Amino acid sequence: MRLFGLSQRTLAPWLFLAPGVFVFLIYVILPIFQSINISFYEWDGLGERTYIGLQNYVELADDEAFYTSLKNNVIWLILYLLAIPAGLFIALFLNQNVWGIRLYKSLFFFPFVISQVVVGLVFSWFYDPTNGLMNILLNVLGFDSIPVLADERYVTYGIIVAGLWPQTAYCMILYLTGLNAVNPEQIEAGRLDNAKGWKMLWYVVLPQLKPATFISIVVTVIGALRSFDLVSIMTKGGPWGSSRVLGYYMYEKAFSEYGFRMGYGAAIAVVLFLIMIVYISYFLYKMYRDEKGY
Amino acid sequence: MFPVPIERRPTPLQWIYKVALPIALLLWLLPLIAVFLTSIRSAGDIATGNYWGWPTSINLIANYTAIFENTPLGKYLFNSFRVAIPTVIGAVALSCMTGFALAVYQFRSNLVIFFMFIAGNFVPFQILMVPVRDLTLQLGIYNTATGLAMFHIAFQTGFCTLFMRNFIKALPRELIEAARVEGVSEIRIFWFVVLPLMKPAIAALSVLIFTFIWNDYFWATVLTQGVDSQPITAGLYSLNGQWIAAWHLVSAGSIVAAIPPVAMFFLMQKHFIAGLTLGAVK
Repeated sequence: MRLFGLSQRTLAPWLFLAPGVFVFLIYVILPIFQSINISFYEWDGLGERTYIGLQNYVELADDEAFYTSLKNNVIWLILYLLAIPAGLFIALFLNQNVWGIRLYKSLFFFPFVISQVVVGLVFSWFYDPTNGLMNILLNVLGFDSIPVLADERYVTYGIIVAGLWPQTAYCMILYLTGLNAVNPEQIEAGRLDNAKGWKMLWYVVLPQLKPATFISIVVTVIGALRSFDLVSIMTKGGPWGSSRVLGYYMYEKAFSEYGFRMGYGAAIAVVLFLIMIVYISYFLYKMYRDEKGY
Repeated sequence: MFPVPIERRPTPLQWIYKVALPIALLLWLLPLIAVFLTSIRSAGDIATGNYWGWPTSINLIANYTAIFENTPLGKYLFNSFRVAIPTVIGAVALSCMTGFALAVYQFRSNLVIFFMFIAGNFVPFQILMVPVRDLTLQLGIYNTATGLAMFHIAFQTGFCTLFMRNFIKALPRELIEAARVEGVSEIRIFWFVVLPLMKPAIAALSVLIFTFIWNDYFWATVLTQGVDSQPITAGLYSLNGQWIAAWHLVSAGSIVAAIPPVAMFFLMQKHFIAGLTLGAVK
């Protein structure tokens, strides 16, 4: 069967790809370029656009709120990585064959399955200065209450802790699966060489968990840079904008009661995108190497 | 096995482990347990600040009925299903095809297209936000479940393609070659040879995508507003604003919102984890 002189096998992949590639281009790839374009305009989302060149970026360079958000993004990125060792630790703790362990593993995984909105509400409640569990425990131990989410010094850390809860569960499950695949012969060989505890973990087990570690880093970095839900739910960026991250600040500028500055918002998004690009390129490079290795 | 199996350890250590396990779980889930306990308290307990003492009465049924009767929670839940189910069907269907094309055929731009899907999958949502909202408005589907589902289908196709392509690539190539020698057309190879083998991948992706979409909050706030189209995540948040002092109701609402993905996870655990850990073991 031939069509327009092309063989079925040349034509087939394009027909299979067409619908998927089409929607992906329209909804994902094209909007990236549109956003970059919008960032050169002053636009309220409804009326006329005015071309203002790099003006949005110049303003951004002097915007204190932008630097606060950027700084918080960096804090998120660094602290979020704690989910990886924490997840490994729980995975090692649960990697046993006792009665009911499967149920334990599922229940430990729970926080990842529920929505971040619920996680945010749960933790707002946990931090509540008058009735929250955390402050009740602090009072019992003789300390004063700490209004975590109302204090500029603690608020970002408080939100990150809430985020670490599901993220640790995610890394845990990745490591549990990885541990299942660890070669028992190598472990036994290590034992014969008298490797124990930390040494065994570091020299024998961790190298075999490399794929799990890689995926954990990938999903954790993305999670940290995508942080939006928890900030929106728990503090709306407050108090006084001190817990904003770039993702939230952009949303605030473009869509909230603070006005509809699409161009300025787009400029913030472009900065966030550029940070992500570094990371995406690294990931693609690694995938490319793997592909060529086949 | 690492660490050393506990049954090879001295007996006291085994006992310590067996006691530590439930305690650790309790601590890990403490925030959630606290929410559940709050959700069955009476309004009186909440008003007098009795959050942690023994509840004066157990209002499990009363509270959970109240949130459905006095708030549009049921409507929000329904909206969530209206977004999540079409997205699962759409994204899985599209990615079966794209995954097949990218795994089976060799052509020059194959890797470029594959990488486009992967890269797109990682971009921050904010860079898509303004144009996607605009597009949705222009298509006349702003503030509808359809509009939200359309975006989700397109975006999730990226991740699903990555998943499907790798899955099909791992299938034995001889099957396809043999069918070709027999003169089977490409579309029939897709439908009768490859698709039946993709069932585990389809199941894994379906549960995973359902959970992702159910839990989406960002796009729900960008593309919908109001009771008619908002899914449960955004709905819960707006209810939270109205119920400032009614923590027992907020808690009950949170529990209800968490049930579908949790149930999905427990019923399809094997598939869920298979989907999530793709690539973690190689």
